[in-house]
Amino acid sequence: MEYQNLFTQTQVTGPASHGVPINDYDMRERTKSIGFSHLMGRLGNAQLGPIYLGRLGVASLIFGMTAFFIIGMNMWAQVGWNPLQFVRKLFWLSLDAPAPKYGLTFPPLNEGGWWLIVGLFTTISIILWWLRTFRRAQALGMGTHVPWAFASAIWLFLVLGLIRPVLMGSWSEGVPFGIFSHLDWTAAFSIRYGNLFYNPFHMLSIVFLYGSVLLFAMHGATILAVSRFGGEREIEQIVDRGTASERAALFWRWTMGFNATMESIHRWAWWFAVLTPLTGGIGILLTGTVVDNWYLWGVKHNIAPAYPAIYGTVADPALKAPAAPVAKGDTK
Amino acid sequence: MAMLNFEKKYRVRGGTLVGGDLFDFWVGPFYVGFFGVTTLFFAFLGTAMIFWGTSQAGVFNPWQINIAPPDLKYGLGVAPMMEGGLWQIITICALGAFGSWAMREVEISRKLGMGLHVPAAFSMAIFGYFTLVVIRPVLMGAWHFGFPYGILSHLDWVSNTGYQYLHFHYNPAHMIAVTLFFTTTLALSLHGALILSSTNPQPGHTVRTPEHEDTFFRDIIGYSVGTLGIHRLGLFLALAAVFWSAVCIVISGPFWTKGWPEWWTWWLNLPIWG
Repeated sequence: MEYQNLFTQTQVTGPASHGVPINDYDMRERTKSIGFSHLMGRLGNAQLGPIYLGRLGVASLIFGMTAFFIIGMNMWAQVGWNPLQFVRKLFWLSLDAPAPKYGLTFPPLNEGGWWLIVGLFTTISIILWWLRTFRRAQALGMGTHVPWAFASAIWLFLVLGLIRPVLMGSWSEGVPFGIFSHLDWTAAFSIRYGNLFYNPFHMLSIVFLYGSVLLFAMHGATILAVSRFGGEREIEQIVDRGTASERAALFWRWTMGFNATMESIHRWAWWFAVLTPLTGGIGILLTGTVVDNWYLWGVKHNIAPAYPAIYGTVADPALKAPAAPVAKGDTK
Repeated sequence: MAMLNFEKKYRVRGGTLVGGDLFDFWVGPFYVGFFGVTTLFFAFLGTAMIFWGTSQAGVFNPWQINIAPPDLKYGLGVAPMMEGGLWQIITICALGAFGSWAMREVEISRKLGMGLHVPAAFSMAIFGYFTLVVIRPVLMGAWHFGFPYGILSHLDWVSNTGYQYLHFHYNPAHMIAVTLFFTTTLALSLHGALILSSTNPQPGHTVRTPEHEDTFFRDIIGYSVGTLGIHRLGLFLALAAVFWSAVCIVISGPFWTKGWPEWWTWWLNLPIWG
């Protein structure tokens, strides 16, 4: 079988690269130590490091690690500080949002207060990291496409934990921090609002998610298939088209009647990936605030078929006059 | 017609697997080949069956089209046309069309002197579909367990099948698959953004180089996988996402019939907890 360029078979170890020089202050922020990993070199570059520290990055890591630490300590406290039980129940443990009775107020620490603090710290950490990506791109004279793509993911994060809870008037709407608990939240959220599969923005988000995976399979495979012509040197191929670009383009033109160019495929990639959390965030934001039941929304707009009426009429409890407040905080 | 200005010199004979020179020609931008003919045959027949089926059901709303698999009582046998037989024919047509398409990609790859990564990658998608409509139904003993062909109806199938196992998010293979889907999309956004930010630099700068790309990623996270590595990584992540999706559905039913949250009790019951 001919060589298909799946792994690097012969590794050449050259001198370590310390990166494109930037100004004196920035150069001091770049670590000096550089390592090499043969295993990584099988797939891509073998070189590990250097990394740029910088005030934004360090501050972001401090906030992020503090949030991670608070989550861990809350979980550990839930098993009575037993280290064995902490490992055993790790996936089941959770730092939960406050109970609905607290609305948008600040609850006691062990009734959701820690959850609010973690949310705040995570948000600060992520925004600092966003600034870091922006500043590093500028320092190298590059476009700011990475930070703007990152902003799309931050939008979904803020919708889930900040914007939608504020619009709904309660921090209890937020997502818990925990492995199984955030999955439980997702399933309960979908069922509560009449199955999110009928939410058109959820549909779009899934389309872009699967589309992104399809695009990366197509793009990665195409570039590897023309790597014998230097196809992986994409920037060079964009500014000075070579036979690798021509063959890659013709492959898809002959296959499906349409082709991207070496530059435009990356615009397709960027938009598909960016639109995944962008549309997803819109779908979450509309849920509970504008639309209460996506299945009924689908029936109303002729997308979903109505179920045959075999169970008689049942009053929707959510539409009844508000009952006395029910304490939901003590369900553990 | 429909030829790019550099295209003519690439339109050469050869590279076919079947049929020699017989179908070695283009129609507009499309390459035909033996497998182009079989693709067209299966795709046309399958699509026509869907249209015919939905017209017989009187459903003309594209969102609500539903070509359902046979009832459980037909097992792995052939069902009457309007009770799942159509679904069976459409499934055969789909597999025929997908397989033909993959073989056509092989011929085009050979003609252009390219590696076979694209048809190999597409084969993973076909394997995912094959798992859903053939492997799992056969393991469970009835074509009934295939998914229905329709926009909303296949969503309902996913929902219902998921809740049959109480809470599908607890399926460990589903967890891996979803993680891979998200990771692939993250990697795609970073790769697309990195190339665009190099070829569309800050005002006043020349086009950036792969050295800038490596430096940017090393500055940010301490590692840059490189121009070749990112395409290997992206292809691997994407194929792994599809592979684990196939695994997560084929183990639901044939190998695990209870709720997926219950599966995790093996961990809680390990003898090491004292």
